[in-house]
Amino acid sequence: MAERKLRVMVAKPGLDGHDRGARVLARCFRDAGFEVIYTGCHQTPEQIAAAAIQEDVDLVGLSCLSGAHRYLFPAVKKQLVERGADDIMVIGGGIIPDQDFQYLYDNGIKAIFTPGATLDSIVEWINNNVKPRE
Amino acid sequence: MSNPENESEDMEKVKKIKAGDVRTASRLIRNLEDGVKEARSTIKHLFPLTGKAQVVGITGSPGAGKSTLVDGLVEQFRKRGKTVGVLAVDPTSPFTGGAILGDRIRMQRHAEDSGVFVRSLATRGALGGLAKAVGDAIHVMDVMGMDVILVETVGTGQQEVDIINHSHTVLVVLIPGMGDEIQAIKAGIMEIADVFVINKADREGSSKLRREIMAMLDMAPPETFASGWRPPIVRVENAFEPDSFGKSMEELTDTIAKHHEHLVAKDLLGSRIRRKAAVELHEAIRSCVLEPILNHLVAEGEIEGMIQKLMDKKTDPYTLAEEVARRFLKEGV
Repeated sequence: MAERKLRVMVAKPGLDGHDRGARVLARCFRDAGFEVIYTGCHQTPEQIAAAAIQEDVDLVGLSCLSGAHRYLFPAVKKQLVERGADDIMVIGGGIIPDQDFQYLYDNGIKAIFTPGATLDSIVEWINNNVKPRE
Repeated sequence: MSNPENESEDMEKVKKIKAGDVRTASRLIRNLEDGVKEARSTIKHLFPLTGKAQVVGITGSPGAGKSTLVDGLVEQFRKRGKTVGVLAVDPTSPFTGGAILGDRIRMQRHAEDSGVFVRSLATRGALGGLAKAVGDAIHVMDVMGMDVILVETVGTGQQEVDIINHSHTVLVVLIPGMGDEIQAIKAGIMEIADVFVINKADREGSSKLRREIMAMLDMAPPETFASGWRPPIVRVENAFEPDSFGKSMEELTDTIAKHHEHLVAKDLLGSRIRRKAAVELHEAIRSCVLEPILNHLVAEGEIEGMIQKLMDKKTDPYTLAEEVARRFLKEGV
């Protein structure tokens, strides 16, 4: 019978060209057996949401090192919900102060990974928390 | 097979896809990729509605600039009032089964244009330069009402020519600097081009490449171009110079249109559609006949025993296969 494969989008919203982390993660997700759609830098929340729906991903991973995560991460989630795709999970990573975590959780971001998080821990979290759709 | 409940669900999906609903369409493509059985039944309902879209294949070696060209073509077709579907294929890792699908990076400026639908596919073990689900994904986009569907293959070598089975027009993208290697790729991929694109033509060696393609075409047997179409060569320079790049893209789009007109005028479109139909039938027979039998043998653990017998030289592969055929096929072949 059919084998479900996890599809993950890695995206960098906003004015932030520091994509090394996002690329490392994309590679690491590939090695974990996921299909990874990488959309590059300077994406608007609208672009990311539209692409996530066109690609039918299970998870969107956002990377932000510019400090604008409080605006950008929830904006992506909001765009997904508005487009009827509230089942697509959103997680984030980057330079994110501890005091912002709760705000992001409250706005639909399911997990946050900051510098020091190991690649294995991120993959493990995904494997435990994201199931490809039925 | 036809369960009334599925039937109405299928009709609902068909209705949504016909109305251009991206969510339903992308979900269906996902199910087709994953080999979900219900997806097959939806395709049965979609199939009669297909055949309107113009399908253009874009192939060439890794880094030749296929995705950038696709992005440029999307812009041109949109300017001409056409809706565009893009299917971009990237390779699956043979070791982990994972894949990085990065063609979208070059096309993200169209993400919010509702007249453009870009979908990335991983090869998942298919060897012909495409993914197995490409044929059906084309049908889905066709029914959505996409006027033009651009299919971008993985970066190809010489032999990945499956794209001809799905396209009305095939672009082969080449870049200068491959020098005499052109000689080596004369067979296979060089033979399937309806249009050659010399990309990055501002780089050194582009006139040499052009001469080599011309020489290759000159040497082709006369009947090759009997229908009156000799593959033209379109030069495309630096994509970072928007004016000149835009002009080249206009020329390329015109050339694609001319080729399509040629197919229609010479009554050749039918033979290309026939080719696709034949391939689809082969694929369908494979997935309805061969795969279930193999899956059964694997699931029952029989296959292991057979392999062991072969290793012990107790029998041979043909005898075993004939036994399987006798068991599963009612009428012998």
